[in-house]
Amino acid sequence: MSARTLFDKVWTAHEVVPETADAPAVLYIDLHLIHEVTSPQAFSVLKSLGLPVRRPDRTLATMDHSTPTRSEQVFGNVPIKVDAAAQQVRQLERNAAEFGVELFGMRDARRGIVHVISPELGCTQPGMTIVCGDSHTSTHGAFGALAFGIGTTEVGHVFATQCLLQAKPKTFAVNVEGKLQPGVTAKDLILSIIGRIGVSGGTGHVFEYRGSTIRGLSMDERMTICNMSIEAGARAGMIAPDETTFEYLKNKPRAPKGAVWDAAVARWRTLVSDPGAAFDASIDIDASTLEPMITFGTNPGMVVPITATIPQASADATAGPASAGAPADAFYDKALGYMGFHGGDAMLGKRVDVVFIGSCTNGRLEDLQAAARILKGRKVAAGVKLLIVPGSQQIKRDAETLGLAQIFKDAGADWRESGCSMCLGMNGDTVAAGQYSISTSNRNFEGRQGVGARTLLVSPLTAAASAVQGKVADPRELL
Amino acid sequence: MEPLKRVRSKTVVIASSNIDTDQIIPARFLTTTTKDGLGKQLFADWRYLADGSLNPEFVLNRADAQGCQILVAGRNFGCGSSREHAPWALLDYGIRAVISTEIADIFKNNALKNGLLPITVDDATAQWLLDHPGAEVDIDLSTARVTLPTGVATTFPIEAFARHCLMNGTDELGYLRSKLDLIERYEAARTW
Repeated sequence: MSARTLFDKVWTAHEVVPETADAPAVLYIDLHLIHEVTSPQAFSVLKSLGLPVRRPDRTLATMDHSTPTRSEQVFGNVPIKVDAAAQQVRQLERNAAEFGVELFGMRDARRGIVHVISPELGCTQPGMTIVCGDSHTSTHGAFGALAFGIGTTEVGHVFATQCLLQAKPKTFAVNVEGKLQPGVTAKDLILSIIGRIGVSGGTGHVFEYRGSTIRGLSMDERMTICNMSIEAGARAGMIAPDETTFEYLKNKPRAPKGAVWDAAVARWRTLVSDPGAAFDASIDIDASTLEPMITFGTNPGMVVPITATIPQASADATAGPASAGAPADAFYDKALGYMGFHGGDAMLGKRVDVVFIGSCTNGRLEDLQAAARILKGRKVAAGVKLLIVPGSQQIKRDAETLGLAQIFKDAGADWRESGCSMCLGMNGDTVAAGQYSISTSNRNFEGRQGVGARTLLVSPLTAAASAVQGKVADPRELL
Repeated sequence: MEPLKRVRSKTVVIASSNIDTDQIIPARFLTTTTKDGLGKQLFADWRYLADGSLNPEFVLNRADAQGCQILVAGRNFGCGSSREHAPWALLDYGIRAVISTEIADIFKNNALKNGLLPITVDDATAQWLLDHPGAEVDIDLSTARVTLPTGVATTFPIEAFARHCLMNGTDELGYLRSKLDLIERYEAARTW
């Protein structure tokens, strides 16, 4: 057999019916993650057709997007402020009970952001197909799973059949070599990759992140990379599983045990792209020359090194192929206008009102440890609000045990319960109109963190450094 | 789903590229548990001023945009989140087709499943459409052809299966459920 890619191996193993000229493939789904926002209408379809969830044992529910992060609202008797959000939470509780789906509800010790808890429980495993009604499902590709976001109609399809109709995507090798310099993180690497590829450069493709730099990353770092694949337009991003993956998964609550574990690892070791396997597209990245990165516009491809100035126009290199050229494009000037920035401005020293550390991109334990390195013994600058939101209740407990939470509180940060929080303004945690938010999340779209909010995406190190200095700051000066 | 074979309408143009789903419908409106009534929140942060009144500057609020069923947009329309609320909002407002040079994957899938046509065209056609807002455009799904009022016609790519489902009003779930015996056989045969 000819050399095959990791993606091709996982795809082929899940073909119930292969793709033909007349119909897409029927693709089997191993794990279906659901949350309160994109599932209610799919449950309604099941009810109207009188159908069950076909494989509740392959379905896992939690609540994260519209849930509050204030302890008194999660565990006390203070009501959720947004009525519709409260209704959505209750609806998921009712639907999960009615259809026999396991739910990690509001006060469950295992609750958290869906893309954080599935790996930490060991539910996410190499070689799986994983879907969720959420575009950041690409996160799970860090384990060598084929994981992608779907719409609510497709959530209904998986409920009813455990399968999806899918056209086979193309493959795209992202080769990364060279050692990341001190102060330069996985977040800076993926922002830089998106800047190079552009926000639609990955459309129709599944990325495979490869090379010595990727091999050297921890699982938390690999998840940060795969998480943002969708921000370059790709449906999914994958990393071949290796000893780092197996070490992470071993002894996780829902990982295989004993002889089943041994057999699983033997199978997982085959999940690599064969030497000479052909990709439809590729790009080579030198990680050793990268600096901490920061976005200046209203999509993640509008990104520069933190010591750089804002390009004068989209044709200036970093905005990438997605923004350059025809048809005529009013986007670039509109984006700078929204941000209140001008071409030629330096990023260092820009105003900061709010700093958010958290999200499915950077809300894991290593992210909090990175922030603590900067915040230890320092104070948040006057006039700046620092919100730190762990990705899961488990991470919250770990951070408290390790003393990170105390470092954050001593610095003057607001330390919360887990959830999507300020990544998207639908749970009460928002940035006010016109304010500048330095955020470790994944999207700097207009209004993403609140109506009129201005978002600058960075790593946890840069976020913490900016909180301390009260302006956009280079974390390398504080390490 | 109603069968959809043809859309003939004046266009409304939003020239920006990279119009993401947070613009199409902001996250704060996703707390709904139904699909209904999202049209009034379509492009909410562009369409309404802070006091809730209509923004007269925004193209959808202009008199000549009323009743338009075809939206022409800059490249990479629908990028970002997987929210199906985006095509639901466009359809509820009255849009039946979106034309761009490039449409994001998840949005495209969601649109097709709801009877909203995601149509990608070449740069020259897109530029003509961007330059001629209000043009009377004919989209024929049976021939996969977009015809401009100049008489110039161009074909657009669409998967055979998606086209079949749209033109016949076929529910994809019904098709998938017809494969349940094969799905059970696959499950039984899997050794891992």
